[in-house]
Amino acid sequence: MSEIVLHTDKLCKSYAGLRANHNLDLQLLRGEIHALIGPNGAGKSTAIAQLSGELAPSSGRIFFNERDMTSLPVHKRARMGIARSFQVSSVFDEMTILQNLALAVQAHHGHSFRFWSNINRHRSFNQQAHALAEQFGLEQLQDVLAGELGHGEKRQLEVAMTLAGDPQVLLLDEPMAGIGPGGSKNLTRLLDGLRGRYSILLVEHDMDAVFSLADRISVLVYGEIIATGSVQEIRDNPAVQQAYLGESEESAHAQA
Amino acid sequence: MFELNRKTIILSIALLALVLLPPLSIALDESYVISSMSRVLIFAMAAISLDLIVGYGAMISFGHAAFVGLGAYTAAILGFHFHEDIAMFSFPFEFSGSNQLLISLLLAMLVAAVVAAITGMICLRTHGIHFIMITLAFAQMLYYLFISLDYYGGEDGLVMLARNELPWVDLADDSQFYYLCLLFLVAYLVLSLRLVNSQFGRVVRGCKINEQRMQALGFNTYWYRLVAYVIAATGAALAGALLANKTEFVDPGLFSWHLSGELLVMVILGGMGSIYGAVIGAIVYLLLEQIFAAYTEHWMFFLGPVLILVVIRARHGIYGLLQKWWTANV
Repeated sequence: MSEIVLHTDKLCKSYAGLRANHNLDLQLLRGEIHALIGPNGAGKSTAIAQLSGELAPSSGRIFFNERDMTSLPVHKRARMGIARSFQVSSVFDEMTILQNLALAVQAHHGHSFRFWSNINRHRSFNQQAHALAEQFGLEQLQDVLAGELGHGEKRQLEVAMTLAGDPQVLLLDEPMAGIGPGGSKNLTRLLDGLRGRYSILLVEHDMDAVFSLADRISVLVYGEIIATGSVQEIRDNPAVQQAYLGESEESAHAQA
Repeated sequence: MFELNRKTIILSIALLALVLLPPLSIALDESYVISSMSRVLIFAMAAISLDLIVGYGAMISFGHAAFVGLGAYTAAILGFHFHEDIAMFSFPFEFSGSNQLLISLLLAMLVAAVVAAITGMICLRTHGIHFIMITLAFAQMLYYLFISLDYYGGEDGLVMLARNELPWVDLADDSQFYYLCLLFLVAYLVLSLRLVNSQFGRVVRGCKINEQRMQALGFNTYWYRLVAYVIAATGAALAGALLANKTEFVDPGLFSWHLSGELLVMVILGGMGSIYGAVIGAIVYLLLEQIFAAYTEHWMFFLGPVLILVVIRARHGIYGLLQKWWTANV
């Protein structure tokens, strides 16, 4: 469990003097679920965007399997095995669930400069897409347009699409956002089922989900990581309590 | 594969009507119709090619006429050199034009592909309104370039002494030329439908819906969009080369933003992202133009409201309305 898959070295991102990320030294170990938490505006999404390649860092480096990939574009990182989900569902509304997933599968099977055969009849892509739909309990809905799905199902599809092509790293940006307690429990169970097979960096506000899923937690405040450790270590860390979890959590903890 | 539903029936009737048009119009002594319908068929091809990028790739090009113009001028210039017997170039071999249709078409597509690849590399770094403006800018550059090409007629344009030649077909005969255009249109329609439903087509559609997600999935969206842009340009050039043969005359107006705009209107009127819609749009637009123009020279004044009505009432164009009708009752 101690092998490092993805790590950053003094990663900084600032916008016109505003420090969004400052000297991030983040280490994602193989097979762990690593939660990245912090108050709004702490720079969590900025960190994800830099790891996925959408934002170029102001300084610092990013390594994937010991290889420097700081300057690689988004699509190359995705092909190397770093998949991300989006905070705001980012699926293809005008395509069915199966087509969404098949497109995600297609991304990892060579080039797509194939101009003749009907893609809807591509057996291998459809089979893999169907398997993913099944894994996320979406197989009944697989012929429904993504735009017509409920919010919770869309979130599931959002995460399911990251699994196509069997990536090593999943960067999940608030997968539970806005799905309510029931949907959150369901998705927590699904993510728990991925444990060990993928290295997951989980940005999440839902603390129940974070505490039940995370092997380790890093706390980001004002763009800096103030603590990294196990769930218990983070709960007990006075700096974290003060900066982030707040008094209510402290008292809740005292009661427990 | 073919079920007997409303769609198949309507498409068959439409095709039959197009096939029967020449003998009917000759019988009715209205043979000029053949020539003007050839023009419609050619524009339908150009509209399809524009729909490939506008409707499927969200690349709203306001300079698509440039490729029609390049195709037309390629055919005309080849013909000019052939008839005047002046070498176009003499190294590495001497080449003095051609009057063979297949050579004209191939070279027209090649020229358009090269220009589209070069300009596309720049245009596709932009999106949305910037893409519209930069495609317009490139088309206007070509427009002024051809105005300044005095050798090929400059602003006055260039007359083709005769239509191209093709074995076993007499292009000078309007009916035969019409059938050739119809054949090309049907073939291009089928090819385009295959293309948009292919693996490549799905990637281009994905780029239209959500390019950011496409990149996150691992697609190098830039290259897919560029290839789509080049493919669309070759289609427009094909139409352009046929158009030059039809009118036996080309002028820089072919590059103008008027024509680019008209092509966009055809695509929107017929229904974006449906291929068939582009054909319907071209037919309806050009027929309305002719009908209104017969009564008044301010025909745009009357065509405008029709367009506004379609855009407001039917967001998926005329094809969208048809589609609703034949899926609702089957």
